[in-house]
Amino acid sequence: MPKPLLELISVSVSYGEFTALENVVLKVMENDFIGIIGPNGGGKTTLLKAILGLVPIRGKIEFSPELQGGKKIGYLPQISTGDHSFPLTVTDVVLSGLMLHKGFVPVMTAADKARAATVIDELGLRQLADSPLSGLSGGQLQRVFLGRAVIGDPKLLLLDEPGSFVDSNFEHDFYEKLRILNKRMAILMVSHDIGTISSHVRSFACVNRNLHYHPSSEISNEQLQEYGCPIQLITHGEVPHTVLKKH
Amino acid sequence: MEASLFRYDFVIKGLLGALFASISAGFAGTYIVSRRMVFLSGGITHASFGGIGIGYFAGINPVGGAAVFGILSALGIEYLSVKQKIREDSAIGIMWALGMATGIIFIYLTPGYAPNLISYLFGSILTVTYGDIIALGIMSVVLIVWFTVFYRTILYISFDEQYARTFTRHVNLFRYVTTSLIALTIVLNIRMAGVVLVLSLLTIPPNIAMLFTKKYPLIVAWSMLAAFAGTAAGYMISYYAGIPVGATIVFTLVVIWILAKLATRIQLRFLKNNDKNLLTNNK
Repeated sequence: MPKPLLELISVSVSYGEFTALENVVLKVMENDFIGIIGPNGGGKTTLLKAILGLVPIRGKIEFSPELQGGKKIGYLPQISTGDHSFPLTVTDVVLSGLMLHKGFVPVMTAADKARAATVIDELGLRQLADSPLSGLSGGQLQRVFLGRAVIGDPKLLLLDEPGSFVDSNFEHDFYEKLRILNKRMAILMVSHDIGTISSHVRSFACVNRNLHYHPSSEISNEQLQEYGCPIQLITHGEVPHTVLKKH
Repeated sequence: MEASLFRYDFVIKGLLGALFASISAGFAGTYIVSRRMVFLSGGITHASFGGIGIGYFAGINPVGGAAVFGILSALGIEYLSVKQKIREDSAIGIMWALGMATGIIFIYLTPGYAPNLISYLFGSILTVTYGDIIALGIMSVVLIVWFTVFYRTILYISFDEQYARTFTRHVNLFRYVTTSLIALTIVLNIRMAGVVLVLSLLTIPPNIAMLFTKKYPLIVAWSMLAAFAGTAAGYMISYYAGIPVGATIVFTLVVIWILAKLATRIQLRFLKNNDKNLLTNNK
């Protein structure tokens, strides 16, 4: 059996008196695409923060050597974080994804800037490379932040509600982009919209203080109840089944 | 002879003061304006008046007292708003008032008349010593080094602190050091423009720059130019018109800002008209 890329061994996180996550166990394998679902305040974002080392945990998180102690993790936070009127250009923001690989005095080399240009090109933002963030649409911003998350060539990509500001024109492109990225990195994607993501992910993790892993992209209301994940499947007709080819 | 020496002294202090003030406005000012810390900086400025009062009372250099008060109030506001969950604007208001009250009480308790007091409130090039100028010069070097060496780190922490925590464990260190440097910069510039006007000296130039560019390094450069132009012109006008220098500089800077704003508006209208012409020509 292959070694997991990332393993959470009975991880708990508390904020003061409040327990956000309790005894969470999760194995993430290479090329996994896991949708993290659950009610608001159920601990979805906290799970990502625990993996990133942003919150103190009890328990243990084991990285495979491929993750280089966390340097090979890309992160796309909820779009509401950050000051979007701050005077930074698209290139500046994408470059900040390389800060993990820099020392105490960070210097961006010509090679770094060329890499940023390639990433920006791939995301279809070439014309905006030199533009300030303040003029961008929600979908464009989301692409910039995706660029920041992937420029360091991560082996694990953490996405927090990436669909929330994406305009419908870009939604298809965005998930297509993720499908291609998934060939070279595992993806954990937080979302409240199971209907949309079920056709893209390969498995689910239901987080509501506890975590229940569901090794399929098909999930029913009954199963959600059983997992203690009281969320409604808002879909038209049947739950959409996976359209991805199984490897 | 004496008159020309006096004039020489005035010109040298004026030029060096203008140069260092514009470096302050370029680096500290752009940081303050981009991070929306203008009100916070106002709190630091007025809190430092407490240090000036205690300095007078104890017979030590008031700028030293102001520096201690400035840094402590900056860190105090941070502490109150983060750790004690007091709203930041309220914490600023409390520090602001505390500093002014402390200053007034101690100046009142100081025997005799405090002759330089008015210069601390409104600034005066006549009372600026070469010691003040040297201190401002050292501060300028520190600002240039800090903001150049850690340019990306400071920028990315300012832009998105949560994301910055994924790549550095030193987010708080950078915040506290940068805020302390801002406090020191403000205090040293008080000698030039006074407690009441110093904030405008630092924050109007970046606002002029932002009318023309949204790129951080260019905002810094343009702010320095605008600050130097405004400060130098302010000196000359104040000298020939015989009016207070701090107020004249700030007034000049505001006039530059208004003119720049008008210029961008006219330019915008011109571009729009051009677009319309292009559209009609294409038809």
